[in-house]
Amino acid sequence: MLSYALRRIIYTAPVLLGVAVVCFALVHLAPGDPLISILPADASVELEERLRALYGFDRSYVEQFFLWLGRALQGDLGTSIASGRPVTTEVFRAVGNTLTLAAVATLIGFVLGCLFGFVAGYFANSPADKAASAAAVFGVSVPHYWLGMVLVIIFSAQLGWLPATGAGPGGSAQWRFDAEHLSYMILPALTMSVIPMGIIARTVRALVADILAQEFVIGLRARGLSEFGVFLHVVKNTAPTALAVMGVQLGYLLGGSILIETVFSWPGTGLLLNSAIFQRDLPLLQGTILVLALFFVILNLVVDVLQTALDPRIRR
Amino acid sequence: MVDATQTATAPLDPVAAPVRSEGYWRSVWRRLRRDKVAMTAGGVLLFILSLAVFAPWIAPQDPLHGTMLMRLRPIGTEGHILGTDELGRDMLSRLIWGGRLSLLMGVTPVIFAFFIGSAIGITAGYAGGIVNTLIMRTVDVFYAFPSVLLAVALSGALGAGLGNALLSLTVVFIPPIARVAESVTTRLRSSDFIEAARASGASALTIVRVHVLGNVLGPIFVYATSLIAVSMILASGLSFLGLGVRPPNPEWGLMLNTLRTAIYVQPWVAALPGMMIFAVSISFNLLSDGLRSAMEVRA
Repeated sequence: MLSYALRRIIYTAPVLLGVAVVCFALVHLAPGDPLISILPADASVELEERLRALYGFDRSYVEQFFLWLGRALQGDLGTSIASGRPVTTEVFRAVGNTLTLAAVATLIGFVLGCLFGFVAGYFANSPADKAASAAAVFGVSVPHYWLGMVLVIIFSAQLGWLPATGAGPGGSAQWRFDAEHLSYMILPALTMSVIPMGIIARTVRALVADILAQEFVIGLRARGLSEFGVFLHVVKNTAPTALAVMGVQLGYLLGGSILIETVFSWPGTGLLLNSAIFQRDLPLLQGTILVLALFFVILNLVVDVLQTALDPRIRR
Repeated sequence: MVDATQTATAPLDPVAAPVRSEGYWRSVWRRLRRDKVAMTAGGVLLFILSLAVFAPWIAPQDPLHGTMLMRLRPIGTEGHILGTDELGRDMLSRLIWGGRLSLLMGVTPVIFAFFIGSAIGITAGYAGGIVNTLIMRTVDVFYAFPSVLLAVALSGALGAGLGNALLSLTVVFIPPIARVAESVTTRLRSSDFIEAARASGASALTIVRVHVLGNVLGPIFVYATSLIAVSMILASGLSFLGLGVRPPNPEWGLMLNTLRTAIYVQPWVAALPGMMIFAVSISFNLLSDGLRSAMEVRA
């Protein structure tokens, strides 16, 4: 088990290096001189040269990459062009809000997805299965940014029950778990939860139907185990996979929250990315994407190792 | 080529007169036709596609010009059956025209990625060994980014525009397709008939062309169709963020974005473009499900 975890961690290292290369390349993919957005229009040639040397743009790409990587490893992702603050500070302030939203959404999605998945798998081909499966298809097909808009239309514009945008009263950007802040979270979290709901429901339905058809279930029933006892066995067999899917979905939501954060003006990494893109703030764009991709890779690693630890059937 | 010559020279046995079996694709189509859900989804897609193709003849009004006097009219207004947008343009006409760009943006990246990803995956799968490791570890790097993030990062760095959005989406869909292609090819590679072809001296290119392609393209194709739904949502999402199609061109995601401020004035008009994206994406999902079961279960 420990050797598997170790092997898995070593295996992740080249992927992380690749991720760093891609993030580094992003800035150089951008058309035009990277200095253009910081250089005043009437800058002298000397100033341009000095800035170029200061940012290291006069060196080769390989040199630049390792300089950048070295600084990034020490937690220095450069300075945001738009705000003048360190990128690391900006990203870590935002990432907490995104993480909170994504975690709550994944939890809702997991609970609903398991519910629908179990109902559908237990009563395969019944009307209940059809309804639960329809909910799953809805979850994976609905453009979630549109669903967010529709929820805002219904619950904010029409009924006036819930706030439409922001993360707290008075444009509060610091998330707290109190009733007032919670009312701001309901709509974005619900909107975000439909994706993991659909995917988890599909996975669980397939798993449950598969497990129920196995001989050991017939064996359990034949020995007179109560239906609840059988159910517990099914849960135990479903859990590792369902939890793994949930972990991966959390990673997807962390990285994919930009659309929902834009709809709800949720002050997280997505909104940060959005403003970085439109202010051509390339260091901020690069830093945010690097941090989110790192989260995703590490999360996948943790999920993989945990699943191996949880599931006695996997022996690697 | 080997099996073709063998069948041609094999003496025909008059006793076991060959009952010409139904072709594979014909049997897939027969099963698909019985699938009511998939057929309905296909019908909806065909309908929306023909609306988009014949937009110049169907759309009642000019999608690009309106009058400010008629801005943000509700659904059911005379002359504007689905209302008007924030610049007074006819919503029905814009929704019909919008299908052109939205479908183009959603479907093209998957088609490109299907060819490129299949080529990469089949190469890796058939070559095996160090080539496989190199290719697949590179693919893994792109897998390390959630798809939405990768699409936004690439088109954000490249700058807004239709071409850049298509390019970023293609890059997003190559890794998953390459992975599926690699795994089906690897599984096929060790089967006896490939082994036999290799033993009889067929070159790698011949084996791939004659024996591998026909067996792997089907599963890859089914997988690719399931990606179109995701691609539709992502493509319109990029336009929704202002990274794809530029105004004043009609595109569902972009329309949704520009109408976002109107949700307190004409909420249901503002929600219409999203309904189109939803209809197309759910239809592609259902059709792809139907296709999967029709192609996997051999009658």
